[in-house]
Parts: sequence; structure tokens; C-alpha cells
Amino acid sequence: MATRKSTAKSNVSADELLGYYRDMLLIRRFEEKAGQLYGMGLIGGFCHLYIGQEAVVVGLEAAAKEGDKRVTSYRDHGHMLACGMDPKGVMAELTGREGGYSKGKGGSMHMFSKEKHFYGGHGIVGAQVPLGAGLAFSDMYKENDNVTFAYFGDGAANQGQVYETYNMAMLWSLPVIFVIENNKYAMGTSVQRATKSPSLWERGAAYGIAGEEVDGMDVLAVKAAGEKAVAHCRARKGPYILEIMTYRYRGHSMSDPAKYRTRDEVQKMREERDAIEHVRELLLQGKHASEEDLKAVDKEIKGIVNDAAEFAKESPEPAVDELWTDIYAAEVPQNA
Amino acid sequence: MATEILMPALSPTMEEGTLAKWLVKEGDTVSAGDILAEIETDKATMEFEAVDEGTIGKIMVSEGSEGVKVNTPIAVLVEEGEDVPADTQAEAPAKAEPDTAPAAAPAQATAPAPAAPKTDTSPDWPDGTETRKQTVRESLRDAMAEEMRRTQEVFVMGEEVAEYEGAYKITQGLLDEFGAKRVIDTPITEHGFAGIGVGAAFGGLRPIVEFMTFNFAMQAIDQILNSAAKTLYMSGGQMGCPIVFRGPNGAAARVGAQHSQCYAAWYSAIPGLKVVMPYSASDAKGLLKQAIRDPNPVIFLENEILYGKSFDVPVLDDFTIPFGKARIERAGDDVTIVSFGIGMTYALEAAERLAADGINAEVINLRTIRPMDTDTILASVMKTNRLVTVEEGYPQSSVGNFITSVVMENAFDHLDAPVINLCGKDVPMPYAANLEKLALVTTDEVVEAAHKVTYR
Repeated sequence: MATRKSTAKSNVSADELLGYYRDMLLIRRFEEKAGQLYGMGLIGGFCHLYIGQEAVVVGLEAAAKEGDKRVTSYRDHGHMLACGMDPKGVMAELTGREGGYSKGKGGSMHMFSKEKHFYGGHGIVGAQVPLGAGLAFSDMYKENDNVTFAYFGDGAANQGQVYETYNMAMLWSLPVIFVIENNKYAMGTSVQRATKSPSLWERGAAYGIAGEEVDGMDVLAVKAAGEKAVAHCRARKGPYILEIMTYRYRGHSMSDPAKYRTRDEVQKMREERDAIEHVRELLLQGKHASEEDLKAVDKEIKGIVNDAAEFAKESPEPAVDELWTDIYAAEVPQNA
Repeated sequence: MATEILMPALSPTMEEGTLAKWLVKEGDTVSAGDILAEIETDKATMEFEAVDEGTIGKIMVSEGSEGVKVNTPIAVLVEEGEDVPADTQAEAPAKAEPDTAPAAAPAQATAPAPAAPKTDTSPDWPDGTETRKQTVRESLRDAMAEEMRRTQEVFVMGEEVAEYEGAYKITQGLLDEFGAKRVIDTPITEHGFAGIGVGAAFGGLRPIVEFMTFNFAMQAIDQILNSAAKTLYMSGGQMGCPIVFRGPNGAAARVGAQHSQCYAAWYSAIPGLKVVMPYSASDAKGLLKQAIRDPNPVIFLENEILYGKSFDVPVLDDFTIPFGKARIERAGDDVTIVSFGIGMTYALEAAERLAADGINAEVINLRTIRPMDTDTILASVMKTNRLVTVEEGYPQSSVGNFITSVVMENAFDHLDAPVINLCGKDVPMPYAANLEKLALVTTDEVVEAAHKVTYR
């Protein structure tokens, strides 16, 4: 049943640690670039940045294997990069271009990759939770050992369908990991202003679902918790809840003035708890990498992000004919 | 004082039933609450209890009798020492016959009239194919069973679909044949299981999600529209959602406003969905099999009142009806009547009465609302120059409104009269029997509308 806050650490090699640093940095630089392109009018509509939360997806992807599935909300850029989707295709989708993952027809909030088992990108808060359980259902039905990561935020955690899903996921022992990315604010409403529950993962206990709270600013803690959750699901013990305590540095979306929290609060988190800085220190202090090594990584990432931005600007808008395609499938899609 | 015991109505739509078994015999003394008989409705076998004490003086309907109409005297209860009144006679067991009374539930469809030249009213199966009478209920079950045998990926989930065998007995026998892995009882949690169904479709399965009624699907409409219907488009064609959402839709009988609503117009407004509404048992079978095979999300709107109606169904190994193909159920030159689902019963009854008045109506059974076979409607309107649409849904933004716009844009010059859209009334469904009848579209209204557009 329920366990306390995880303090376990994964044993990771220097190469793996450097890999997490690189993956987290890619997300951060990508998001910063997306913010710039938004400011330039190249990205429209809603754009929800993942800056500050990078350790969540990078840590959990480190615990996943080929065939595992993931589904999330509209704050999805980090998840896509972490599961190996091409930054060019993601950025070109943000700019609404032909080269985007959805040919420009989905946008920031609605992107998918069959190849990488990434099932969206969903714009309705909480809707992805039953979808994630359904994906897990499909794997259980096919009798394989894949698991599904169903990500949602502290805001979605108050939606009714989450609890309908908890109930059925436990009833049917679905191999789904419910990942609550608790970044403390549902748009402008702090967790404390939305619920009297002292913690969100403990709500699973009402359905018999095990879970734990995880330090989301520590990629190794996330990975360790992810491994535990994955093992639980693969052993057909039913779903598992990870409430990952994290923080978003930017506003809810690009148009959020963030008056609901102080500048000091954000600054303190950046200075004291930044996930990327944490790994950087581990690498340097453990002498797993030199300043030079890390500079080389920074440079590589900068190149990737610049290429992605360039691609996203250069890729043409979708052909006018695309308005009328992909409304109905002509044949049964090979989804999985 | 002798009391007649009447055949009870044991469900909102029950009109007749089978007296399966008597648990008492003549001369037995009974108390209130004693079980007198087992009565089989179209949905279940129910025990029927005595409400008074007394002695069973006479059993008037023998056990095993089928098609016993509700309110038929089935036995006489006498007081201690009293004789059975002489005028009480045992009725011959009633045979299942179509209800000819002008009751809430319409009579069976009449056979189509001989086809007018050039109008194709041929059935959906080859000449010479053997047919058998089957209820809509049985044909829906057979459609699912056949597709489940065909493809391992097909499974059915919903409330009471497995062990209870369906709230309306549509999934009867499926659990026995396919087991609990593929016939799955859900808790009462429409939003949740609709979403799980959509996720399972994303994951490569072919779910059939039964809603006990489509009224309850309102809880799940976000998953149907935003998750199922739009994903193919939003993913640039990568991620489809092959799923069937099915269940009874529209008014049943005396179940009031929250349980009586037609969703045909609602769902047919959504790009990415296909919307099907069968009328006959062969429609139900051919279209449901097609729906399960379709790679897109399909809304399959059934009707509780039609479940127990029998129609000819072809005896074929694999009978499907393509989407987007209306069927001309009756050919005529004077007026086109377009309907779908239970509306067809009114349309066909009206056509029969109109024929007696010398007006030959062409009756089109739309079958799929989206995609819609507008070609068949237009061809007919160009011939008859008059159009009446018939549906049970609300009048504003109705399916008929859409058909009218198509006809206005494409056949304006062919119209000799304004189109009439007959719908349910613009009110929440009332409970009172008289008001409910008024709220629904009626055969009389169809007849009247046809006279109006033909100026006869």
C-alpha cells in the first residue's frame, strides 16, 4: 500500500548523469527559444512552457523501456523531447508549419508520435487521465509488460474523471503510473486554495492505489521513484501514483502575468532548487565532467535548438488542402 | 368478491410478455407477496407477486403462453368459499401479433409498396437470399458476436453488459461466449470508461462502449468529442480512434425529460464522428458490423422501443451495410418523406395512409446521419418536388434543418412547396402520458404535413 516519501537514489553512471544533464538542458533551452519565438509572433495561441519541471520527465523516461507509453496535458513540450521526439518537428508544430508533428494542425497542445508512443498533448484538463488508463488497458489486453505514464498537474488532480479512472485502474489492475506534476499552481490558483487535502497522492489510498511523494527537483530521486513504480506496474500489481513536487518558473501560459506569487518565491526556487544546477554540481563535484565538457554540451544543445528554430521558421505553412484531410481515416490505423 | 389478476407491465416499454410459469395452481390459497408466476419480458424474467390474499379460482392464461398483452386477465382470485364467476372464460393463449392499436409504440413496418420505375427499393442483400424474422435486439447482439469472433481486438464494455447481460439485454450471451476479458462490466462512471475506451482505441484495440442510454453519455461527451473525434486531425493523421459508442437514444416511454432525448443532431454536428441510427433489424445488424469495422469513432444510436420489433434479416455469413447509403423503403412520386430510426415507423405508417388518400409518398430511411446520403434525398426531391423530414429530436438545429439547407442550395428550383421539418416539440419531455404523446412527432402530423406540401 501507500509508502512514505521516497528517499532512494538510483545508482547511475557518469555517462547517464551527463545524459540527464543534456536532456534537461535541451528542454530548458528549447523552451526559452519557444518563448522567444512566441514573442516574435511566430508561435500563436496558447504556449505553456515547461521550464523548471525538466527533472520530472527526464527522470521518468530514464525508468522507461521501449514500448512504454506516455500521455500528458497541454504543457507537453518537455515530455516530447524527453521521449526522443525530434526538436525540429516539435518546434515546427509550435509555429504551425508543415514540418510539425501534426503537419501544423495540432499546435502546442496537441501533438502525437506513434513512433515514440507519445499519445498527446491534450488540451482539456484531466481528459488525458482516462486515456492513459485506456492505453494501459490495451497493453494488459495484449498481455505484454508495457506500462503507461499518465501525466497530469495538481489542477487536473481535482477533476472528477481522475477518480473514476483511479477506481477502474485499480479494479482492473491496469499498468498505469499516474504522475501528478505538482508545480504548486493550477494557472493562478495555488494548491492550498484549491483543496484541503494535505497531499494529492494520498487520495489514491481511497481506491487502494499505492503511491508516494517525490522530490521533482532531483532527477535521481525521480528516476528511483519511477523505477519503483514501473516495477510495481510490470509485476501486475496495479497502478501507482507519483506525486512529483516541482515548480514552473514561467507563467501558466505566455499571457500569464503571474501576480499570484512573488518574484522572490520564484527566484528562491531557481537559486536553491534548480534541477539542472543540481546535476551540474553533481557532475563537477564528482569529477564526472569538467567545465569544458559541460560547455561542449551547452554548445551542442544550443546548436540543436537553433536548428529547430530555423527549421520551424523555414518550414512552409501546411498546404491549403490540408484543411480537409485527416478528418476521417480510410482504414484502421495501426496505432500500436 | 372475485378479483381479476391482470398481466402486469414490468418495464416502461413492455406491451406484452410470456407467461413462463405458474407457481400456483387453481385452489391454492395465496397471501399478498406470494409469488404467483414468472413472466418473461423482452428484457428479463421477472417474478410476479400477489397483491391480495385469496384463493386462485381460475387460471385463464396457461403457462408457456407468449405475447400476452399487458392488462389481459390471467387469473381470478376469489375469496374463501366464493365460486368463480360464470362469465370468466379461459382465453386462448395469445399469439405474438403486431399491435394494431394506436398505442404509443407503433406497429411493425409494412412491406414496401411495389417499386416505381427507376427508384431502387431493393433490399440490402442479393435476390434469393434466405431471410428470417429477428428482433432488433437479437440482430445487434449477433452483429457484435460476429465481429468479436472475427477480430480479437474487438471487446465490449459498459454498465451491466456482462453478468447482467445488458440493461436492455443487447449483450445477452456475450459473456458466456467471449469471457470476462472481452465483455467488461464497468462501474457507473461514464466519463471515465468512455475515456478508457478511447485510450484503448489509441492503443490498437477496437472497443464497443455501451452507454445504458445516450442520456448518460452527456457525462462523457468531452471524451467523445475532444478525445475521440478530433485526434486524427490534431495528430496530422497519425493517431486514429476506431471505437463504437452505442446504446439506446431518444424517447423510450414515460421516463421523463432526463431520459428522453434524441442526440442525432448533436453528434452529427461534429466532424470526425460518424453517426448511425438504424431502423430495422437488418439495418441494425448490417450497420453495427460496419461500425465496428470502421476506423473512426462511430456514434450508434439505437431505440428502446424498436429493440423488440421484428424484421426480415438476411441469413448471410457476413452482412454489412455501407455508411452513407440511404434506403428507399417505399417509392412514390408525390412527396418525399425523409426519416431515420424510430421516425421511420411514423413515416411508413403515414405513407400507407396517404396512399389511401391517393398521395404516393417516397419514404427514405437515412440510416447514417453522418455521412449523409444527400444524393438520394436530392434525386427524390427532384422527382417529387416536395419534402417532409421526420425525427424525434428538438426542432431548433435539427437534422431536418440541415437537410433543408442542402435541398435549398441544390434543388431550390425543384421545390413546389416549402419544406416541412417535423420534430419532437420544443419542450423537455413531459412525464404525463397525454403530454408525452403530444411532445412526440406523430403519424398524424406526417400525414398532415404531406397533405400541406402537396396542396391536397
